[in-house]
Amino acid sequence: MSQFLQQIVNGLSLGSIYALIALGYTMVYGIIRLINFAHGDIYMVGAFVGYFAFRAGLPVPLAILVAMILPALFGVTIEFLAYRPLRNKNAPRIAALITAIGMSLLLENLGILIFSPDPRPFPRVFTSEPLRYAGVTISEPQILTLAVTLGLMVSLTLFIRYTKTGKAMRAVAQDREAAQLMGININQIISVTFVIGSALAGAAGVMVGILIPRIEPLMGVMPGLKAFVAAVIGGIGVIPGAMLGGMLMGMAETLVTAFISSTWRDAIAFGLLIVILLIKPSGIFGSSSRTKV
Amino acid sequence: METQAITGEKPKAAEKWRRHLLPVGLSFLLLLNILVFMEHLGLEIVSRYYKGILILSFINIVLAVSLNLINGATGLFSIGHAGFMAVGAYVSALLSLNMGRWGFLSPQLQTFIQFPLVLFLGGLAAALAGLVIGIPTLRLRGDYLAIATLGFGEIIRVVALNLNITRGARGITSIPNHTNFWWAQLFAVLTVVIIWNIVHSNHGRAMVAIREDEIAAEAMGVNTTYYKVLAFTIGAFFAGVAGGLFAHHLSYISPKSFDVLKSIEILLMVVLGGLGSITGSVIAAVVLTALPEVLRFLQDYRMVIYAGALIILMNFRPQGLFGRAEADLAVLKALLKSRAGEIVKSRSEKRGGNGGSA
Repeated sequence: MSQFLQQIVNGLSLGSIYALIALGYTMVYGIIRLINFAHGDIYMVGAFVGYFAFRAGLPVPLAILVAMILPALFGVTIEFLAYRPLRNKNAPRIAALITAIGMSLLLENLGILIFSPDPRPFPRVFTSEPLRYAGVTISEPQILTLAVTLGLMVSLTLFIRYTKTGKAMRAVAQDREAAQLMGININQIISVTFVIGSALAGAAGVMVGILIPRIEPLMGVMPGLKAFVAAVIGGIGVIPGAMLGGMLMGMAETLVTAFISSTWRDAIAFGLLIVILLIKPSGIFGSSSRTKV
Repeated sequence: METQAITGEKPKAAEKWRRHLLPVGLSFLLLLNILVFMEHLGLEIVSRYYKGILILSFINIVLAVSLNLINGATGLFSIGHAGFMAVGAYVSALLSLNMGRWGFLSPQLQTFIQFPLVLFLGGLAAALAGLVIGIPTLRLRGDYLAIATLGFGEIIRVVALNLNITRGARGITSIPNHTNFWWAQLFAVLTVVIIWNIVHSNHGRAMVAIREDEIAAEAMGVNTTYYKVLAFTIGAFFAGVAGGLFAHHLSYISPKSFDVLKSIEILLMVVLGGLGSITGSVIAAVVLTALPEVLRFLQDYRMVIYAGALIILMNFRPQGLFGRAEADLAVLKALLKSRAGEIVKSRSEKRGGNGGSA
């Protein structure tokens, strides 16, 4: 039983990472219908920025902040340089998708070029003993991850729900043209979406560096894919869906690793996806829309 | 109107294609064959290295053209092609390794019979996988289908990683090295001819109709599920054959050879050549196989430049090199003068379409 509880705790902290990345995917998809494949690599950028911030001796909150701001700049620059020109040209959606894949390859290979492909150890930030309660061990990085994730999710929800920009984001996601007619600056809202999504991915990157102290330029590929899958499971475009989907994904993976075999771990993520898609193609929280003639 | 780009064209345009591109393409191929054949006369003009690139190009042509049937002609967004390739590769490799010697035939003759048979069986296994995966997933549309096929591709890889018969992460080694220039060329040509004919048959028209408007196609009496599964299964079959060729070319396969990146690589060829353009897929497959080799002098910067080129190309020609039109000499010539965009555009305007979106 205590082993099961332990795995739940581990699953929640891994799930937080997936949820933070999934939020960026779901927000961008909700607004411009683009699977932003480069998002997983923004998370890698976050991890590397965090690495250098900690190496430079910045205090933890400041390091996390830096590791959110720089990836946010990356994200919005990519949007501006690569995706916006395509949108202005009314290019087919697949062209945007291939551009996103190209961006992802570009970031990965730049990472390899600059940082070498070898994994490097993340600086140890916390050195104190983990907490133990009823046979369950919770380490400080896990507490930090859960706390930061919770904080970010709450602030994001409040932001989307109560600020004017948040309201505009929801409007653009619902109907881009109508929103534009109401005087919303679409490109500005898309930029804001990229900033927020990338900042969350950056936070996830630095968290994962603290949790699993090992980073490498290709670390974003698999988590990126799985986070997207998590967003689809939760219902793409739906923010609470991404949170739930990420948590589910982390939980399922940890449980499979602990009780079945770690080599089946990747299959469970996609197996879960296919089961959900077949039962409810729009995801857990997604509302299905029927195609009308 | 738009559908004509991939189906009949106008009879006249199709005529022109045959008249000009086919002779040029065939004579190029013939020249290549003569050059490669020279080695049997004791004169090695095409070195092992270049032959390796040619073989990989042929394998990639099979992959790209078969994915084009799914993505381009039928409009099903699939990014799990490497999974089917894996099924074909593993099945044919294991068959090759376990068939033993047939005492009554000379080894050469046995290879001559056994190799195509093994490839065919690998293709059948992949087609079966395509059928099993296709029936439930093809109910999904657009991006959901894409992500589901991606998921299945990954699941196939993880299964290969975990089964005993596939020897897990170590992969299968010492597969007989049967794939040579001639076999690879034969299967590439066969694939192009067969898929070209499928697309230009009644079945192909039904598939194109589904791409253009699924609901309208259904209303016109096209059995959409049947044709979607058909396109998916045929595409999977050829991916399996390509997998078999790949396995017998490198003599070594492991689950890593068939990851998401491989699927994406194939997708890039199709999109770059133009969704729905078979000649485009062929040309893009060759270009994208040769490009990393050509860029080898850039060393560490190679992949960075490659990715950058991809982004820039997509920004200049979002519809791919040929859009939906088939390549002919006019487009090729214009492409060299970088005016192809205008020609393809003016043609599709004449046809009343605009190249369209995916």
